[in-house]
Amino acid sequence: MRFYALFVYIFLYTPIAIIALFSFSAGRSASQFEGFSIKWYGRALNNPFVMDALGNSIFVAFVSATLASILGTLAAVGLQGIRGPVRAFFDALIYVAIMIPGIVIGIATLIALVTVFGVVNPWLAGLYQDAASAPKLSMGMGSLIAAHTMFTLALVVIIVRARLAVLESSLSEASADLYATPFGTFRQITLPLIAPAILAGFLLSFTFSFDDFIIAFFVAGSETTLPIYIFSSIRRGITPEVNAIGTMVMVASLLLLIIAQLILRRGNATKR
Amino acid sequence: MTQRARNWLLIAPAGAWLIVMLVLPLSVVFIFSFGERAPAGGYVPAFTFEQYANLPARFTAFKNTLILAPLGTLAALLIAYPLAYQLAVRTSERWKTLLLVLVIVPFWTSILIRSYAWIFLLGGGGIPALLDMFGIENVRLIYTPFAVLIGIVYGYLPLMVFPIYVALERLDKRLLEASADLGAHPMTTFFSVTLPMSISGIATGCMLVFILLMGEFLIPALLGGGKVFFVGNALVDLFLQSRNWAFGSAVAMMLIIIMLVTVTFYMRLISRLNIQRDDAPLM
Repeated sequence: MRFYALFVYIFLYTPIAIIALFSFSAGRSASQFEGFSIKWYGRALNNPFVMDALGNSIFVAFVSATLASILGTLAAVGLQGIRGPVRAFFDALIYVAIMIPGIVIGIATLIALVTVFGVVNPWLAGLYQDAASAPKLSMGMGSLIAAHTMFTLALVVIIVRARLAVLESSLSEASADLYATPFGTFRQITLPLIAPAILAGFLLSFTFSFDDFIIAFFVAGSETTLPIYIFSSIRRGITPEVNAIGTMVMVASLLLLIIAQLILRRGNATKR
Repeated sequence: MTQRARNWLLIAPAGAWLIVMLVLPLSVVFIFSFGERAPAGGYVPAFTFEQYANLPARFTAFKNTLILAPLGTLAALLIAYPLAYQLAVRTSERWKTLLLVLVIVPFWTSILIRSYAWIFLLGGGGIPALLDMFGIENVRLIYTPFAVLIGIVYGYLPLMVFPIYVALERLDKRLLEASADLGAHPMTTFFSVTLPMSISGIATGCMLVFILLMGEFLIPALLGGGKVFFVGNALVDLFLQSRNWAFGSAVAMMLIIIMLVTVTFYMRLISRLNIQRDDAPLM
């Protein structure tokens, strides 16, 4: 049994190790190791296309995770006091958002937005004297942020609601008995208690958005995110440069994961 | 402001976002699936079932998905279960968390990067070259259904291990001791105590993996090399290459319908299994 577990760990880590190893290869070949070098890291970090894609990815992930955390937390708190058909409808929306494959979200958002823009743009142009200076809506960072926020907001609602469900209602009742305003109770009692869940939701959302390829592939228009850049590079052939980018992305997400753990642990420690 | 109004105000932004970015786009797909393709690509309003009648043209994509998604789920389960068992039941408290984290960490890194690593390993210079040294020549692995299956198991193994681990971890270990004390063979203990008690974890893991696999695009695109393709690959082709929105919408609708039917059927089956377990004496 022990050997079995060991074998599975080898299976899980060999591919990752190979990418990391070949990112340090001096040669151009992706299948033959030709001496140690870090030149591909330099090459990747000086590639304006890579840096541009990385900047886009971080921007989209940060904005959509922030929006999702705020909207999702508000909704999870509001849903506590709502029953009946509205509640059922909202639950159904969350369920559908999680269940529908990313690829269907991607194509649906693409054709819906392109169709809506096709109607709105001529109308916008009509409002301006000079049609050329009128703003033109098109697929890009905005549509990508909107699509990612939709999915990650559903994740945040689920995570925060699970945390709210185990909180003692006696705490907020006591606060209300002591004449705290509802907002005061929220800010001083509920919010600190659900903060770890909100942070977990934010990080999960950030990681999802940062790693997402398939929705971005349809919705990002002419903009490039890092996964889109990596995918199209692989299509042209794997180079040590792609391996260097992959290794850096993996190390970065690992660091993020460790930092998140530390914050969550400290949050739990101060409460005790 | 009344409490009721306040709650409504709290859920309004999220609700509006979900309606505009989820309900509206899915409705557009539904409507477009009854339309026609414009000569230059795109969509012309119509009401026809032509697109649905045309679905057999993508039969291979549906067939591959419906064979490889369940097969991949099963393979992931068979590999994940012994590992989850080892971690939850046989590992000391000291090492448990660390070893579980080591299973989950790869899942937190991009599936794109992890999948393309297998292009290396399965391609000419990887495992085939290794086999060649042992005298097994001309083995072709990359761009086969086997390669896609490996990619699937590799990509989704952590997602399968985690829920099974959680279920086994909650299992009262004294039950296993009691079973052994009463003279049960370890196999009997496993099949009549451990396995039934972990069915909820198995069910969750299988469902998560299956749902994600039904919409898979990257793994077949990278490791199937155009020979082994899923519905997801057909959708990318229809929307981004041939720009046949109407037919693409019908394919997407069909995918959603198949998912809804299988998942509903599956949930029924699982709840029936759970009811049977609750009826059983002693459990």
